[in-house]
Amino acid sequence: MQLDYFQLIDRIVDLNMVEKTITVEAQVPKTSTVFEGHFPGYPIMPGVLLIESMAQTSGWLLLALMKFERMPFLAAVKEAKMRGFVTPGELLTVEAGIVHEGSGYAITEAKVKVAGKLRSNATITFSHVPFPNPDLRGHMDAMARRIGFPLQAVLS
Amino acid sequence: MSSTFDQVATIIAETCDIPRDTITPESHAIDDLGIDSLDFLDIAFAIDKAFGIKLPLEKWTQEVNDGKATTEQYFVLKNLCARIDELVAAKGAGA
Repeated sequence: MQLDYFQLIDRIVDLNMVEKTITVEAQVPKTSTVFEGHFPGYPIMPGVLLIESMAQTSGWLLLALMKFERMPFLAAVKEAKMRGFVTPGELLTVEAGIVHEGSGYAITEAKVKVAGKLRSNATITFSHVPFPNPDLRGHMDAMARRIGFPLQAVLS
Repeated sequence: MSSTFDQVATIIAETCDIPRDTITPESHAIDDLGIDSLDFLDIAFAIDKAFGIKLPLEKWTQEVNDGKATTEQYFVLKNLCARIDELVAAKGAGA
């Protein structure tokens, strides 16, 4: 997890193209300037970053389902619940699944777990469009390689 | 069509918190009811679920942007309901 680059996902653990689900891991850093302010003397992962981790996880699932031809963008977050604190150094397991695939949009449900216990969940809406430029596509390809995206699953 | 309209009007009223009695078949979802594109995604989701279809929003938007169609053709509710009925019929024919 590189909080300063907003890169929250470290590794794709499972991508199921039939069930349309994904599971990833995200290691919360032990130290970050984020924790210096949130909160002094009592560092916890901001809820918005937990939501972002679920959005990024869902985004990788959608990228896979759309075979990297379109880019999903966060459009709405519903029913986001912060069920427990996430502290520095914890390993997050983030799961996402498809609720609905519409025309130009998709809805997912995602969960953040630590050691099997639910810490956060949300229903997230994305709009998606063809990649706006080659730079972004190249960046996403590089990110996919970095986090072990199973490209064979998309190509098969 | 009236049944479709009743369902769609109820969806819009509940999704966008618009008084049901202000929604008529002649209402333009954007111009009259003030529904923006994000709220329309919620409506599209509810319509997709309720009717078991997939509203072709991208195709419609492209046609409007290209000047091949007007927003009235798709977003005046009686026309939207007619499109929904067509999609439901096409789905039934293909089943």
